[in-house]
Amino acid sequence: MIIIGERINGMFQDIAKAIRERDGSIVQEWAKKQEQNGARYLDINVGPGSAAPIEAMVWLVEETQKASDLPLCLDSTNYDAIEAGLKVCKRPAMINSVPAEAEKMDRVFTLAAEYDSEVICLAMSAEGIPKDSESRVALAMELVATGDGYGVPIENLYIDPLVLPCNVAQDHGPEVLETLRQVKLISDPPPKTVVGLSNASQGTRDRELVNRVFAVMAMACGLDAAIADACDDELMSAVATARILLNIDIYCDSYVDVFKQA
Amino acid sequence: MALEIQRERYRSKVGQVVLGATKEEGGTRSHTVTVGGESTLPFLHFEGEMPHRPVIALEITDMVPEWNPCFGEYYDDVFEDTAAWAKKCVDEYGADLVQIRLQSADPDLQDRSPEECAATVKKVLETVGVPLIVIGCGKAEKDNLIYPVVAEAAAGENLLLGVAEVENYKAITSSCMANLHNVIALSPIDINICKQLNILIAEMSMVMNGRIIIDPCMSALGYGIEYTYSIMERARLGALQGDRMLSMPMIGNIGHEVWRTKEANTPVEDAPGWGERAERAVLWEATTAMAFLQAGLDILVMRHPRAAALVRKNIDELMQDNSY
Repeated sequence: MIIIGERINGMFQDIAKAIRERDGSIVQEWAKKQEQNGARYLDINVGPGSAAPIEAMVWLVEETQKASDLPLCLDSTNYDAIEAGLKVCKRPAMINSVPAEAEKMDRVFTLAAEYDSEVICLAMSAEGIPKDSESRVALAMELVATGDGYGVPIENLYIDPLVLPCNVAQDHGPEVLETLRQVKLISDPPPKTVVGLSNASQGTRDRELVNRVFAVMAMACGLDAAIADACDDELMSAVATARILLNIDIYCDSYVDVFKQA
Repeated sequence: MALEIQRERYRSKVGQVVLGATKEEGGTRSHTVTVGGESTLPFLHFEGEMPHRPVIALEITDMVPEWNPCFGEYYDDVFEDTAAWAKKCVDEYGADLVQIRLQSADPDLQDRSPEECAATVKKVLETVGVPLIVIGCGKAEKDNLIYPVVAEAAAGENLLLGVAEVENYKAITSSCMANLHNVIALSPIDINICKQLNILIAEMSMVMNGRIIIDPCMSALGYGIEYTYSIMERARLGALQGDRMLSMPMIGNIGHEVWRTKEANTPVEDAPGWGERAERAVLWEATTAMAFLQAGLDILVMRHPRAAALVRKNIDELMQDNSY
Protein backbone atom coordinates (compact mmCIF):
# COMPACT_ATOMS: atom_id res chain seq x y z
CA MET A 1 0.00 0.00 0.00
CA ILE A 2 1.20 3.45 -0.94
CA ILE A 3 1.18 6.07 1.77
CA ILE A 4 0.16 9.57 0.73
CA GLY A 5 1.56 11.78 3.48
CA GLU A 6 -1.23 13.97 4.90
CA ARG A 7 0.79 16.48 6.86
CA ILE A 8 1.11 19.41 4.44
CA ASN A 9 -2.41 20.62 5.10
CA GLY A 10 -3.56 24.06 6.18
CA MET A 11 -5.78 22.41 8.78
CA PHE A 12 -2.63 22.00 10.83
CA GLN A 13 -1.75 25.23 12.54
CA ASP A 14 1.94 25.21 11.67
CA ILE A 15 1.15 24.84 7.96
CA ALA A 16 -1.58 27.51 8.14
CA LYS A 17 0.94 29.84 9.73
CA ALA A 18 3.59 28.94 7.15
CA ILE A 19 1.13 29.80 4.36
CA ARG A 20 0.20 33.10 5.99
CA GLU A 21 3.79 34.13 6.53
CA ARG A 22 5.14 32.46 3.39
CA ASP A 23 7.65 30.57 5.51
CA GLY A 24 8.78 27.67 3.29
CA SER A 25 11.06 26.04 5.84
CA ILE A 26 8.22 24.37 7.76
CA VAL A 27 6.69 22.97 4.57
CA GLN A 28 10.04 21.65 3.40
CA GLU A 29 10.73 20.07 6.75
CA TRP A 30 7.45 18.14 6.63
CA ALA A 31 8.08 17.12 3.04
CA LYS A 32 11.45 15.61 3.98
CA LYS A 33 10.22 14.03 7.18
CA GLN A 34 7.31 12.28 5.50
CA GLU A 35 9.45 11.07 2.61
CA GLN A 36 12.07 9.67 4.98
CA ASN A 37 9.43 7.77 6.87
CA GLY A 38 8.04 6.01 3.81
CA ALA A 39 5.50 8.38 2.20
CA ARG A 40 5.42 7.91 -1.60
CA TYR A 41 3.15 10.86 -2.43
CA LEU A 42 2.65 14.10 -0.53
CA ASP A 43 -0.86 15.50 -0.10
CA ILE A 44 -1.01 19.25 -0.53
CA ASN A 45 -4.01 21.07 0.99
CA VAL A 46 -4.15 24.80 1.65
CA GLY A 47 -6.76 24.32 4.38
CA PRO A 48 -10.25 25.73 4.77
CA GLY A 49 -9.33 29.20 6.00
CA SER A 50 -7.03 30.27 3.22
CA ALA A 51 -7.89 33.71 1.86
CA ALA A 52 -6.30 33.18 -1.55
CA PRO A 53 -6.40 29.42 -2.17
CA ILE A 54 -4.99 29.54 -5.71
CA GLU A 55 -1.86 31.45 -4.77
CA ALA A 56 -1.49 29.38 -1.63
CA MET A 57 -1.66 26.14 -3.62
CA VAL A 58 0.99 27.28 -6.08
CA TRP A 59 3.22 28.40 -3.25
CA LEU A 60 2.81 25.12 -1.32
CA VAL A 61 3.58 23.05 -4.42
CA GLU A 62 6.70 25.06 -5.17
CA GLU A 63 7.98 24.95 -1.60
CA THR A 64 7.35 21.20 -1.31
CA GLN A 65 9.17 20.52 -4.56
CA LYS A 66 12.24 22.29 -3.20
CA ALA A 67 12.58 19.56 -0.58
CA SER A 68 11.23 16.42 -2.21
CA ASP A 69 10.95 14.75 -5.60
CA LEU A 70 7.86 12.76 -4.58
CA PRO A 71 4.75 13.13 -6.73
CA LEU A 72 2.13 15.40 -5.20
CA CYS A 73 -1.54 14.87 -4.45
CA LEU A 74 -3.33 18.20 -4.90
CA ASP A 75 -6.17 18.25 -2.41
CA SER A 76 -8.87 20.87 -2.89
CA THR A 77 -12.50 21.36 -3.80
CA ASN A 78 -11.45 24.49 -5.65
CA TYR A 79 -10.59 23.20 -9.12
CA ASP A 80 -9.01 26.48 -10.15
CA ALA A 81 -6.53 25.99 -7.33
CA ILE A 82 -5.87 22.43 -8.51
CA GLU A 83 -5.31 23.55 -12.07
CA ALA A 84 -2.90 26.25 -10.92
CA GLY A 85 -1.07 23.63 -8.85
CA LEU A 86 -0.88 21.18 -11.76
CA LYS A 87 0.78 23.85 -13.87
CA VAL A 88 3.72 24.10 -11.49
CA CYS A 89 4.08 20.38 -10.66
CA LYS A 90 7.37 19.01 -12.00
CA ARG A 91 5.99 15.49 -12.45
CA PRO A 92 2.52 14.01 -13.01
CA ALA A 93 0.40 14.58 -9.92
CA MET A 94 -2.75 13.18 -8.36
CA ILE A 95 -5.96 15.20 -8.18
CA ASN A 96 -7.81 14.89 -4.87
CA SER A 97 -10.72 14.59 -5.61
CA VAL A 98 -13.89 14.31 -7.69
CA PRO A 99 -17.36 12.97 -6.76
CA ALA A 100 -19.77 11.34 -9.21
CA GLU A 101 -21.31 14.62 -10.31
CA ALA A 102 -21.40 15.39 -14.03
CA GLU A 103 -20.12 18.96 -13.93
CA LYS A 104 -17.26 18.24 -11.55
CA MET A 105 -16.26 15.08 -13.42
CA ASP A 106 -16.13 17.09 -16.65
CA ARG A 107 -13.78 19.62 -15.12
CA VAL A 108 -11.53 17.16 -13.31
CA PHE A 109 -11.24 14.47 -15.98
CA THR A 110 -10.46 17.11 -18.58
CA LEU A 111 -7.65 18.35 -16.35
CA ALA A 112 -6.45 14.79 -15.69
CA ALA A 113 -6.27 13.99 -19.39
CA GLU A 114 -4.44 17.23 -20.11
CA TYR A 115 -1.90 16.94 -17.27
CA ASP A 116 -1.55 13.14 -17.26
CA SER A 117 -2.76 13.13 -13.66
CA GLU A 118 -4.09 10.40 -11.47
CA VAL A 119 -7.48 11.11 -9.89
CA ILE A 120 -9.05 10.21 -6.56
CA CYS A 121 -12.71 9.45 -7.30
CA LEU A 122 -15.13 9.69 -4.41
CA ALA A 123 -17.93 7.14 -4.21
CA MET A 124 -20.52 9.82 -3.55
CA SER A 125 -22.94 11.91 -5.57
CA ALA A 126 -24.82 15.16 -5.08
CA GLU A 127 -27.13 13.14 -2.85
CA GLY A 128 -24.34 12.35 -0.46
CA ILE A 129 -22.57 9.17 0.63
CA PRO A 130 -24.58 5.99 0.22
CA LYS A 131 -24.45 3.49 3.04
CA ASP A 132 -24.43 0.12 1.31
CA SER A 133 -21.53 -1.16 -0.73
CA GLU A 134 -23.65 -1.84 -3.84
CA SER A 135 -24.48 1.84 -4.20
CA ARG A 136 -20.86 2.82 -3.59
CA VAL A 137 -19.71 0.37 -6.26
CA ALA A 138 -22.35 1.72 -8.67
CA LEU A 139 -20.93 5.22 -8.22
CA ALA A 140 -17.41 3.85 -8.71
CA MET A 141 -18.53 2.35 -12.01
CA GLU A 142 -20.00 5.65 -13.09
CA LEU A 143 -16.73 7.41 -12.24
CA VAL A 144 -14.60 4.81 -14.06
CA ALA A 145 -16.81 4.86 -17.15
CA THR A 146 -16.79 8.65 -17.27
CA GLY A 147 -13.02 8.89 -16.72
CA ASP A 148 -12.49 6.34 -19.48
CA GLY A 149 -14.60 8.47 -21.78
CA TYR A 150 -12.25 11.40 -21.21
CA GLY A 151 -9.23 9.25 -22.03
CA VAL A 152 -7.95 8.89 -18.47
CA PRO A 153 -6.39 5.40 -18.11
CA ILE A 154 -8.30 3.28 -15.58
CA GLU A 155 -5.04 2.52 -13.72
CA ASN A 156 -4.81 6.25 -13.00
CA LEU A 157 -8.11 6.26 -11.10
CA TYR A 158 -8.23 5.72 -7.33
CA ILE A 159 -11.68 4.94 -5.99
CA ASP A 160 -12.21 6.28 -2.48
CA PRO A 161 -15.17 4.42 -0.90
CA LEU A 162 -15.26 7.13 1.77
CA VAL A 163 -14.47 6.14 5.30
CA LEU A 164 -16.60 7.65 8.05
CA PRO A 165 -15.74 7.97 11.73
CA CYS A 166 -16.28 4.66 13.48
CA ASN A 167 -17.91 6.31 16.48
CA VAL A 168 -20.71 7.96 14.51
CA ALA A 169 -21.16 5.70 11.48
CA GLN A 170 -20.10 2.31 12.73
CA ASP A 171 -22.27 0.45 10.23
CA HIS A 172 -20.35 1.97 7.30
CA GLY A 173 -17.14 0.09 8.20
CA PRO A 174 -18.00 -3.29 6.69
CA GLU A 175 -19.58 -1.58 3.66
CA VAL A 176 -16.35 0.28 2.97
CA LEU A 177 -14.32 -2.92 3.20
CA GLU A 178 -16.74 -4.74 0.90
CA THR A 179 -16.58 -1.83 -1.56
CA LEU A 180 -12.77 -2.14 -1.66
CA ARG A 181 -13.15 -5.81 -2.65
CA GLN A 182 -15.92 -5.24 -5.21
CA VAL A 183 -14.25 -2.29 -6.94
CA LYS A 184 -11.50 -4.62 -8.15
CA LEU A 185 -14.09 -6.58 -10.15
CA ILE A 186 -15.64 -3.72 -12.12
CA SER A 187 -13.08 -3.56 -14.90
CA ASP A 188 -9.92 -5.16 -16.27
CA PRO A 189 -7.53 -3.60 -15.49
CA PRO A 190 -9.33 -2.51 -12.33
CA PRO A 191 -9.09 0.97 -10.86
CA LYS A 192 -6.97 1.47 -7.76
CA THR A 193 -8.39 2.21 -4.34
CA VAL A 194 -7.57 4.80 -1.70
CA VAL A 195 -8.94 5.87 1.67
CA GLY A 196 -8.51 8.89 3.89
CA LEU A 197 -7.37 6.81 6.82
CA SER A 198 -7.69 9.38 9.59
CA ASN A 199 -11.40 9.76 8.89
CA ALA A 200 -11.98 6.36 10.51
CA SER A 201 -10.83 7.66 13.86
CA GLN A 202 -12.26 11.19 13.83
CA GLY A 203 -13.47 12.04 17.33
CA THR A 204 -12.33 8.79 18.93
CA ARG A 205 -10.04 8.71 21.94
CA ASP A 206 -7.30 6.41 20.66
CA ARG A 207 -7.14 7.65 17.10
CA GLU A 208 -3.84 6.06 16.11
CA LEU A 209 -4.94 2.59 17.16
CA VAL A 210 -8.10 2.85 15.06
CA ASN A 211 -6.09 4.09 12.07
CA ARG A 212 -3.55 1.24 12.27
CA VAL A 213 -6.12 -1.50 12.61
CA PHE A 214 -8.26 -0.09 9.83
CA ALA A 215 -5.22 0.21 7.57
CA VAL A 216 -4.31 -3.47 7.78
CA MET A 217 -7.95 -4.60 7.48
CA ALA A 218 -8.34 -2.50 4.34
CA MET A 219 -5.05 -3.80 2.95
CA ALA A 220 -6.38 -7.33 3.31
CA CYS A 221 -9.31 -6.22 1.13
CA GLY A 222 -6.92 -5.00 -1.55
CA LEU A 223 -6.47 -1.32 -0.66
CA ASP A 224 -3.78 0.30 -2.84
CA ALA A 225 -3.19 3.64 -1.12
CA ALA A 226 -4.06 5.67 1.95
CA ILE A 227 -3.81 9.32 2.82
CA ALA A 228 -2.29 8.93 6.24
CA ASP A 229 0.18 10.11 8.83
CA ALA A 230 3.50 8.84 7.50
CA CYS A 231 5.18 9.99 10.69
CA ASP A 232 3.20 7.51 12.80
CA ASP A 233 5.94 4.90 13.16
CA GLU A 234 3.57 2.28 14.50
CA LEU A 235 1.28 2.76 11.51
CA MET A 236 4.17 2.42 9.08
CA SER A 237 5.38 -0.71 10.89
CA ALA A 238 1.89 -2.19 10.73
CA VAL A 239 1.67 -1.46 7.00
CA ALA A 240 5.11 -2.97 6.39
CA THR A 241 4.07 -6.07 8.34
CA ALA A 242 0.79 -6.38 6.46
CA ARG A 243 2.76 -6.29 3.20
CA ILE A 244 4.80 -9.24 4.45
CA LEU A 245 1.73 -11.18 5.62
CA LEU A 246 0.01 -10.56 2.28
CA ASN A 247 3.14 -11.83 0.48
CA ILE A 248 3.70 -8.51 -1.28
CA ASP A 249 7.28 -8.01 -0.03
CA ILE A 250 9.82 -10.74 0.66
CA TYR A 251 10.50 -11.14 4.36
CA CYS A 252 13.81 -10.27 5.98
CA ASP A 253 14.53 -9.22 9.56
CA SER A 254 14.88 -5.54 8.61
CA TYR A 255 11.68 -5.43 6.55
CA VAL A 256 10.28 -2.37 8.36
CA ASP A 257 13.36 -0.27 7.59
CA VAL A 258 13.42 -1.52 4.02
CA PHE A 259 9.77 -0.54 3.55
CA LYS A 260 10.45 2.99 4.73
CA GLN A 261 13.52 3.39 2.54
CA ALA A 262 12.21 1.67 -0.57
CA MET B 1 -7.55 -10.46 -36.09
CA ALA B 2 -3.87 -10.26 -35.29
CA LEU B 3 -2.60 -12.38 -32.42
CA GLU B 4 -1.62 -10.20 -29.50
CA ILE B 5 1.49 -11.47 -27.73
CA GLN B 6 1.23 -11.13 -23.99
CA ARG B 7 4.38 -9.66 -22.53
CA GLU B 8 5.19 -9.36 -18.87
CA ARG B 9 6.26 -5.87 -17.88
CA TYR B 10 8.49 -5.41 -14.88
CA ARG B 11 8.90 -2.30 -12.79
CA SER B 12 12.60 -2.60 -12.18
CA LYS B 13 15.76 -4.37 -13.22
CA VAL B 14 18.79 -6.15 -11.82
CA GLY B 15 21.68 -3.90 -10.83
CA GLN B 16 24.91 -3.98 -12.80
CA VAL B 17 28.25 -4.84 -11.25
CA VAL B 18 31.59 -4.21 -12.96
CA LEU B 19 34.44 -6.57 -12.10
CA GLY B 20 38.08 -5.71 -12.65
CA ALA B 21 39.67 -2.40 -13.53
CA THR B 22 41.86 -1.43 -16.48
CA LYS B 23 44.93 0.78 -16.25
CA GLU B 24 42.82 3.89 -16.87
CA GLU B 25 40.55 2.84 -14.01
CA GLY B 26 43.36 2.30 -11.54
CA GLY B 27 43.96 -1.42 -12.03
CA THR B 28 45.96 -3.62 -14.37
CA ARG B 29 43.25 -5.77 -16.02
CA SER B 30 43.23 -6.02 -19.82
CA HIS B 31 39.45 -5.53 -19.72
CA THR B 32 36.54 -5.46 -17.29
CA VAL B 33 33.55 -7.79 -17.06
CA THR B 34 30.07 -6.38 -16.39
CA VAL B 35 27.28 -8.59 -15.10
CA GLY B 36 23.60 -7.98 -14.33
CA GLY B 37 21.30 -5.37 -15.80
CA GLU B 38 18.52 -7.80 -16.75
CA SER B 39 15.06 -6.24 -17.09
CA THR B 40 13.30 -9.55 -17.68
CA LEU B 41 13.61 -13.23 -16.76
CA PRO B 42 16.59 -15.03 -18.31
CA PHE B 43 16.84 -15.06 -22.11
CA LEU B 44 13.36 -13.65 -22.73
CA HIS B 45 14.82 -11.15 -25.15
CA PHE B 46 11.37 -10.45 -26.53
CA GLU B 47 10.26 -9.10 -23.18
CA GLY B 48 13.17 -7.05 -21.92
CA GLU B 49 16.89 -6.49 -21.95
CA MET B 50 19.66 -8.86 -21.03
CA PRO B 51 22.54 -6.49 -21.71
CA HIS B 52 25.33 -8.74 -20.48
CA ARG B 53 25.77 -12.44 -21.21
CA PRO B 54 26.36 -14.78 -18.28
CA VAL B 55 30.09 -15.34 -17.77
CA ILE B 56 32.09 -18.43 -16.91
CA ALA B 57 34.84 -18.43 -14.31
CA LEU B 58 37.10 -21.46 -14.02
CA GLU B 59 38.10 -22.30 -10.48
CA ILE B 60 41.63 -22.91 -9.30
CA THR B 61 43.23 -23.34 -5.89
CA ASP B 62 46.54 -22.13 -4.51
CA MET B 63 47.68 -25.68 -3.69
CA VAL B 64 47.41 -29.05 -5.40
CA PRO B 65 43.74 -29.89 -4.91
CA GLU B 66 42.29 -33.27 -4.04
CA TRP B 67 40.21 -33.35 -7.19
CA ASN B 68 39.16 -36.34 -9.25
CA PRO B 69 42.22 -37.72 -11.06
CA CYS B 70 40.58 -36.94 -14.40
CA PHE B 71 41.67 -33.30 -14.00
CA GLY B 72 45.32 -34.41 -14.29
CA GLU B 73 44.93 -34.60 -18.04
CA TYR B 74 44.18 -30.88 -18.12
CA TYR B 75 46.13 -29.40 -15.24
CA ASP B 76 48.95 -31.78 -14.16
CA ASP B 77 51.58 -29.38 -15.49
CA VAL B 78 50.20 -26.36 -13.61
CA PHE B 79 48.68 -27.71 -10.38
CA GLU B 80 51.70 -26.50 -8.40
CA ASP B 81 51.90 -23.06 -9.99
CA THR B 82 48.76 -21.04 -9.34
CA ALA B 83 49.64 -18.28 -11.80
CA ALA B 84 50.43 -20.73 -14.61
CA TRP B 85 47.20 -22.55 -13.82
CA ALA B 86 45.23 -19.32 -14.10
CA LYS B 87 46.94 -18.55 -17.40
CA LYS B 88 46.05 -21.96 -18.79
CA CYS B 89 42.39 -21.46 -17.79
CA VAL B 90 42.30 -18.21 -19.72
CA ASP B 91 44.53 -18.97 -22.71
CA GLU B 92 43.55 -22.57 -23.40
CA TYR B 93 40.11 -22.96 -21.90
CA GLY B 94 38.71 -19.50 -22.56
CA ALA B 95 37.72 -18.56 -19.00
CA ASP B 96 36.04 -15.13 -18.75
CA LEU B 97 37.21 -14.91 -15.14
CA VAL B 98 39.36 -16.97 -12.81
CA GLN B 99 38.35 -17.80 -9.24
CA ILE B 100 41.18 -18.54 -6.83
CA ARG B 101 40.37 -20.39 -3.64
CA LEU B 102 43.03 -19.67 -1.03
CA GLN B 103 42.83 -23.23 0.24
CA SER B 104 46.42 -23.36 1.49
CA ALA B 105 45.64 -20.84 4.23
CA ASP B 106 43.49 -23.43 6.01
CA PRO B 107 45.10 -23.94 9.44
CA ASP B 108 44.53 -27.69 9.05
CA LEU B 109 46.30 -27.76 5.69
CA GLN B 110 49.31 -25.55 5.04
CA ASP B 111 48.29 -22.63 7.28
CA ARG B 112 49.85 -20.12 4.89
CA SER B 113 49.98 -16.52 6.08
CA PRO B 114 47.81 -13.69 4.75
CA GLU B 115 50.95 -12.17 3.21
CA GLU B 116 51.70 -15.39 1.31
CA CYS B 117 48.10 -15.43 0.09
CA ALA B 118 48.41 -11.83 -1.07
CA ALA B 119 51.63 -12.68 -2.91
CA THR B 120 49.84 -15.49 -4.76
CA VAL B 121 47.02 -13.17 -5.77
CA LYS B 122 49.52 -10.53 -6.92
CA LYS B 123 51.33 -13.10 -9.04
CA VAL B 124 48.10 -14.22 -10.68
CA LEU B 125 47.20 -10.58 -11.35
CA GLU B 126 50.56 -10.12 -13.07
CA THR B 127 50.09 -13.25 -15.16
CA VAL B 128 46.53 -12.96 -16.48
CA GLY B 129 44.50 -9.99 -17.71
CA VAL B 130 40.99 -11.14 -16.74
CA PRO B 131 39.26 -9.88 -13.58
CA LEU B 132 39.71 -12.15 -10.56
CA ILE B 133 37.45 -13.71 -8.00
CA VAL B 134 39.26 -14.50 -4.75
CA ILE B 135 37.70 -16.57 -2.00
CA GLY B 136 39.05 -17.59 1.37
CA CYS B 137 39.87 -21.01 2.74
CA GLY B 138 36.47 -21.38 4.37
CA LYS B 139 37.61 -21.08 8.00
CA ALA B 140 36.10 -17.77 9.12
CA GLU B 141 38.70 -16.91 11.73
CA LYS B 142 41.57 -17.28 9.31
CA ASP B 143 39.70 -15.73 6.40
CA ASN B 144 39.08 -12.59 8.44
CA LEU B 145 42.84 -12.14 8.69
CA ILE B 146 43.33 -12.76 4.98
CA TYR B 147 40.70 -10.37 3.55
CA PRO B 148 42.30 -7.05 4.61
CA VAL B 149 45.77 -8.07 3.46
CA VAL B 150 44.67 -9.43 0.09
CA ALA B 151 42.26 -6.53 -0.46
CA GLU B 152 44.99 -4.00 0.17
CA ALA B 153 47.59 -5.79 -1.94
CA ALA B 154 45.11 -5.83 -4.83
CA ALA B 155 43.80 -2.28 -4.25
CA GLY B 156 42.51 -0.78 -7.48
CA GLU B 157 41.94 -4.14 -9.17
CA ASN B 158 38.22 -4.24 -8.34
CA LEU B 159 38.27 -7.88 -7.29
CA LEU B 160 35.27 -9.97 -6.43
CA LEU B 161 36.05 -11.12 -2.91
CA GLY B 162 34.26 -13.90 -1.05
CA VAL B 163 32.54 -14.81 1.03
CA ALA B 164 30.40 -12.74 3.39
CA GLU B 165 27.84 -14.61 5.49
CA VAL B 166 25.30 -13.36 8.03
CA GLU B 167 27.48 -14.59 10.90
CA ASN B 168 30.62 -13.13 9.39
CA TYR B 169 30.34 -10.21 7.00
CA LYS B 170 31.99 -7.25 8.65
CA ALA B 171 35.69 -8.02 8.10
CA ILE B 172 35.29 -8.79 4.41
CA THR B 173 32.93 -5.87 3.81
CA SER B 174 35.33 -3.44 5.50
CA SER B 175 38.16 -4.77 3.36
CA CYS B 176 36.08 -4.25 0.22
CA MET B 177 34.98 -0.77 1.31
CA ALA B 178 38.52 0.36 2.08
CA ASN B 179 40.00 -0.87 -1.19
CA LEU B 180 36.99 -0.68 -3.51
CA HIS B 181 36.40 -4.33 -4.24
CA ASN B 182 33.15 -6.25 -4.70
CA VAL B 183 31.80 -8.80 -2.27
CA ILE B 184 30.06 -12.17 -2.58
CA ALA B 185 27.12 -12.39 -0.15
CA LEU B 186 26.46 -16.06 0.57
CA SER B 187 23.20 -17.26 2.11
CA PRO B 188 22.20 -20.88 2.75
CA ILE B 189 19.40 -21.38 0.16
CA ASP B 190 17.27 -18.92 2.12
CA ILE B 191 15.66 -15.87 0.50
CA ASN B 192 15.07 -14.09 3.82
CA ILE B 193 18.68 -14.39 4.93
CA CYS B 194 19.83 -13.48 1.43
CA LYS B 195 17.91 -10.20 1.62
CA GLN B 196 18.93 -9.49 5.20
CA LEU B 197 22.61 -10.01 4.43
CA ASN B 198 22.43 -7.61 1.49
CA ILE B 199 20.86 -5.04 3.80
CA LEU B 200 23.54 -5.54 6.45
CA ILE B 201 26.32 -5.10 3.90
CA ALA B 202 24.66 -2.09 2.26
CA GLU B 203 24.16 -0.49 5.67
CA MET B 204 27.88 -0.57 6.35
CA SER B 205 28.59 1.92 3.58
CA MET B 206 27.03 3.57 0.56
CA VAL B 207 30.20 2.47 -1.24
CA MET B 208 28.82 -1.07 -1.33
CA ASN B 209 25.90 -0.05 -3.56
CA GLY B 210 26.52 -1.86 -6.82
CA ARG B 211 29.29 -3.95 -5.28
CA ILE B 212 27.34 -6.96 -4.01
CA ILE B 213 26.97 -10.28 -5.83
CA ILE B 214 24.51 -12.80 -4.39
CA ASP B 215 25.61 -16.41 -3.90
CA PRO B 216 22.33 -18.22 -3.18
CA CYS B 217 24.32 -21.41 -2.43
CA MET B 218 24.47 -23.92 -5.23
CA SER B 219 23.30 -27.50 -5.17
CA ALA B 220 24.08 -30.12 -7.80
CA LEU B 221 21.62 -31.89 -10.05
CA GLY B 222 20.04 -34.61 -7.94
CA TYR B 223 21.10 -32.95 -4.70
CA GLY B 224 18.43 -30.31 -4.16
CA ILE B 225 18.95 -28.25 -7.31
CA GLU B 226 15.25 -27.38 -7.26
CA TYR B 227 15.56 -25.65 -3.88
CA THR B 228 18.31 -23.34 -5.08
CA TYR B 229 16.47 -22.84 -8.36
CA SER B 230 13.29 -21.65 -6.68
CA ILE B 231 15.17 -19.33 -4.32
CA MET B 232 16.95 -17.78 -7.30
CA GLU B 233 13.68 -17.44 -9.17
CA ARG B 234 12.09 -15.69 -6.18
CA ALA B 235 15.06 -13.35 -5.78
CA ARG B 236 15.02 -12.46 -9.46
CA LEU B 237 11.27 -11.83 -9.54
CA GLY B 238 11.72 -9.70 -6.42
CA ALA B 239 14.44 -7.71 -8.17
CA LEU B 240 12.30 -7.19 -11.27
CA GLN B 241 9.37 -6.07 -9.13
CA GLY B 242 11.49 -3.43 -7.46
CA ASP B 243 12.98 -5.08 -4.36
CA ARG B 244 16.30 -3.25 -4.30
CA MET B 245 17.72 -5.53 -1.62
CA LEU B 246 17.45 -8.51 -3.96
CA SER B 247 18.42 -6.78 -7.17
CA MET B 248 22.02 -7.99 -7.34
CA PRO B 249 23.55 -10.30 -9.94
CA MET B 250 24.14 -13.90 -8.81
CA ILE B 251 27.17 -16.18 -8.70
CA GLY B 252 27.33 -19.94 -8.14
CA ASN B 253 30.11 -22.41 -7.41
CA ILE B 254 28.81 -25.13 -9.68
CA GLY B 255 31.99 -27.18 -10.13
CA HIS B 256 32.62 -27.34 -6.41
CA GLU B 257 29.15 -28.83 -5.80
CA VAL B 258 28.96 -31.18 -8.77
CA TRP B 259 32.36 -32.74 -8.20
CA ARG B 260 31.29 -33.86 -4.73
CA THR B 261 28.48 -36.02 -6.10
CA LYS B 262 28.75 -39.75 -6.52
CA GLU B 263 27.55 -39.43 -10.11
CA ALA B 264 30.66 -37.42 -10.97
CA ASN B 265 33.07 -39.75 -9.23
CA THR B 266 31.81 -43.36 -9.28
CA PRO B 267 33.80 -45.46 -11.78
CA VAL B 268 31.80 -47.25 -14.46
CA GLU B 269 32.81 -50.67 -13.00
CA ASP B 270 30.86 -49.82 -9.81
CA ALA B 271 27.82 -48.55 -11.68
CA PRO B 272 27.70 -50.11 -15.13
CA GLY B 273 24.23 -48.72 -15.83
CA TRP B 274 25.42 -45.13 -15.46
CA GLY B 275 27.72 -45.14 -18.45
CA GLU B 276 31.31 -44.04 -18.82
CA ARG B 277 32.39 -41.84 -15.89
CA ALA B 278 34.27 -39.07 -17.68
CA GLU B 279 31.39 -38.29 -20.01
CA ARG B 280 28.85 -38.61 -17.22
CA ALA B 281 30.69 -36.20 -14.92
CA VAL B 282 31.14 -33.55 -17.58
CA LEU B 283 27.46 -33.74 -18.48
CA TRP B 284 26.49 -33.61 -14.80
CA GLU B 285 28.36 -30.35 -14.37
CA ALA B 286 27.15 -28.87 -17.67
CA THR B 287 23.52 -29.83 -17.03
CA THR B 288 23.58 -28.35 -13.55
CA ALA B 289 25.03 -25.14 -14.97
CA MET B 290 22.46 -24.94 -17.76
CA ALA B 291 19.62 -25.27 -15.26
CA PHE B 292 21.00 -22.38 -13.23
CA LEU B 293 21.38 -20.24 -16.35
CA GLN B 294 17.61 -20.50 -16.65
CA ALA B 295 17.22 -19.37 -13.04
CA GLY B 296 19.23 -16.23 -13.74
CA LEU B 297 22.79 -17.08 -12.72
CA ASP B 298 25.16 -14.37 -13.95
CA ILE B 299 28.56 -15.81 -12.98
CA LEU B 300 29.08 -19.57 -13.26
CA VAL B 301 32.12 -20.88 -11.45
CA MET B 302 32.98 -24.17 -13.14
CA ARG B 303 35.67 -26.79 -12.85
CA HIS B 304 35.87 -29.01 -15.93
CA PRO B 305 37.08 -27.28 -19.11
CA ARG B 306 34.87 -29.50 -21.31
CA ALA B 307 31.79 -28.78 -19.20
CA ALA B 308 32.60 -25.06 -19.43
CA ALA B 309 32.90 -25.34 -23.22
CA LEU B 310 29.48 -27.01 -23.46
CA VAL B 311 27.90 -24.31 -21.31
CA ARG B 312 29.55 -21.53 -23.32
CA LYS B 313 27.95 -22.97 -26.46
CA ASN B 314 24.63 -23.10 -24.64
CA ILE B 315 25.00 -19.42 -23.64
CA ASP B 316 25.84 -18.49 -27.25
CA GLU B 317 22.59 -20.09 -28.38
CA LEU B 318 20.51 -18.60 -25.57
CA MET B 319 21.84 -15.11 -26.23
CA GLN B 320 20.55 -15.21 -29.82
CA ASP B 321 17.90 -12.55 -30.16
CA ASN B 322 14.44 -14.09 -29.89
CA SER B 323 12.49 -10.85 -29.87
CA TYR B 324 9.57 -10.43 -32.23
